[in-house]
Amino acid sequence: MSAPELPLSAPLNVGFDYTRSVGPVLGRFVNALRERRVEGVRGSDGRVHVPPLEYDPVTAEALSEFVPVASEGEIVSWSWIAEPLDGQPLSRPFAWALVKLDGADTSILHAVDAGSPSGIHTGQRVRIRWAEETVGHIRDIAYFVPADGSDTEPTEAPPPVAKREDGAPVSVVITPIHLKYEHSASPEESRYLRGLAEGKLIGQRCPSCEKVYIPPRGACPTDGVPTTDEVELPDTGIVTTFCIVNVPFLGQKIKPPYVAAYILLDGADIAFLHLVLGCDAADVRMGMRVRAAWKPRDEWWTSLENIGHFAPTGEPDAPYESFAHHL
Amino acid sequence: MPDVAVVGFAQAPNVRSTPGTTNGVEMLVPIFAEVFERTGLSKEDIGFWCSGSSDYLAGRAFSFIAAVDAIGAFPPIHESHVEMDAAWALYEAWLKIRMGEVETALVYGFGKSSAGQLRRVLALQMDPYVVAPLWPDSVSVAGIQARLGLEAGLWSEKDLAEVAARSRADAASNPAAQFSGTAEVADLLDAPYFADPLRAHDIAPVTDGAAVLVLASAERAADLVDSPAMITGIEHRVDSPSLGVRDLTRSPSTAAAGRALDLDGVELAELHAPFTHQELILRDALGLGEQVRINPSGGVLTGNPMFSAGLARIGEAASRILDGSARKTLAHATSGPVLQQNLVATLEVLS
Ligand SMILES: [Zn+2]
Repeated sequence: MSAPELPLSAPLNVGFDYTRSVGPVLGRFVNALRERRVEGVRGSDGRVHVPPLEYDPVTAEALSEFVPVASEGEIVSWSWIAEPLDGQPLSRPFAWALVKLDGADTSILHAVDAGSPSGIHTGQRVRIRWAEETVGHIRDIAYFVPADGSDTEPTEAPPPVAKREDGAPVSVVITPIHLKYEHSASPEESRYLRGLAEGKLIGQRCPSCEKVYIPPRGACPTDGVPTTDEVELPDTGIVTTFCIVNVPFLGQKIKPPYVAAYILLDGADIAFLHLVLGCDAADVRMGMRVRAAWKPRDEWWTSLENIGHFAPTGEPDAPYESFAHHL
Repeated sequence: MPDVAVVGFAQAPNVRSTPGTTNGVEMLVPIFAEVFERTGLSKEDIGFWCSGSSDYLAGRAFSFIAAVDAIGAFPPIHESHVEMDAAWALYEAWLKIRMGEVETALVYGFGKSSAGQLRRVLALQMDPYVVAPLWPDSVSVAGIQARLGLEAGLWSEKDLAEVAARSRADAASNPAAQFSGTAEVADLLDAPYFADPLRAHDIAPVTDGAAVLVLASAERAADLVDSPAMITGIEHRVDSPSLGVRDLTRSPSTAAAGRALDLDGVELAELHAPFTHQELILRDALGLGEQVRINPSGGVLTGNPMFSAGLARIGEAASRILDGSARKTLAHATSGPVLQQNLVATLEVLS
């Protein structure tokens, strides 16, 4: 017996723009940053908070008394990052620091371009290095530099925010988020995906309830045990239910109208979503017999995309009672 | 209102990485079986299910839904989820039993930290307007906290290394721990900084893992196990999300949670301290004296599975009562790189 194959895995990159409305307090702060000014807010105990807080941390009272503060201040504490990570303010080694700006009583977290750990200490005076283009976002503060030093060379930071129209008030901030993962399929899913690369449809049977799942499951949702016994299924089945897509959307590959349908393969107990093409959308119906239309063999890989779509076989429809419990 | 007890606990091995899926099914199926065997319960006996996990850790939306397959959720079940450590899922389950809605509950947490870059992903736990867009990694933020205490003379680098050395030695008796062993404090201090002032031994390792815990009303618990671990108090509090507002060398929210409980007579405490200096902050906030044994499991410095590590602290503290080795224990769970949110519970022998 050969050693079990490792599950399939692949990089998964997730990206989206977080778009958030700022409200009156953070709005005032980011609009000031855009003009290369810093504003804090006075708390109910008299302390000036920078960045400003919407609600007092002691009394929870709404805060609204804005106070301009300096763009220079001193380091309260710091740590060193020897190998900067994606998206951080500097791409060369730098310090993260809490900086208390002159006129403020609380401190702001930001980056300090200090060269090496020996170039930074608590109590050190630092000043803001502004981004070349300010748009109303925390990253209008590119990073801090020692107050008595000359400007350091700008490092190429990733574009932090979406640009906006000149003059428009800043009411939202947009932050692109990019995350990288190594995504793994379960051992059962991996068997199925490797089968597809050979043109096989491999389901697995739950050892407890004997239902056949395709794709197979890491655990049977009825019994909570992994599916185990392998079952090779034919590429024929029926449409259990379907919808006609009439609406165009971003990334759409087929011109509407077309049919997305749940296909129940012969011998399976669970339907999966695929396309039904090869007939007029209006002719697709529940119980219709269909067969896989495979792409040319040299395009096969570990994906259900190997089946381009399902097409009607022309056989008589399956009676409703035969699939009613699979809906 | 019914009192609530812990009657069973199990956890998956804490490991640097698994080849499994981010939905945790592979780690959860065996440990569900383990707690069912220990308690004699079956899934049909569980009144309420609650889990803790994170979509950011998994890199996909509604990632907890797929984990429900591990339950075998047919016929339909009563189920809930928190996007936090499962210690907070336990709080929700505790309420369900206190309200008399159910007699039993199963709480689980899981996370595959190795799928992404953990300390970068955790930046998204912080304020989304003025902090997270800078991508401050969790280790660096904790480093700022550590330096505040070092420079104020509240602790030394040697104090921190001693916490690490003790944790590793204690982990030798914990079969689930990611690593253990003896380490000389002087050797640890010779190591280079990872994020000055933190060295590798000051930082909890990246860990994949899962944990499950079974709760029952006091009445039901007495039928299930010999010595149920009664939850005699559970409290959670938060501090301001603004990092620069509070004194980071203290944990006011932990102190407030502890004050609301009766901590007299606590013999041992399982503290969720992902950085060595945080153990010292927590001890101080809870007023735990020298007589209180800290983290006999080795704590999260020897294995920190995100979103189940806090639940596992409650599980470990409960296990010392279930196995008869202690009469009163304390468990603590945290969330956020500088102890922003804290939950404290006391567990005792059923009187
Ligand atoms: Zn089954």
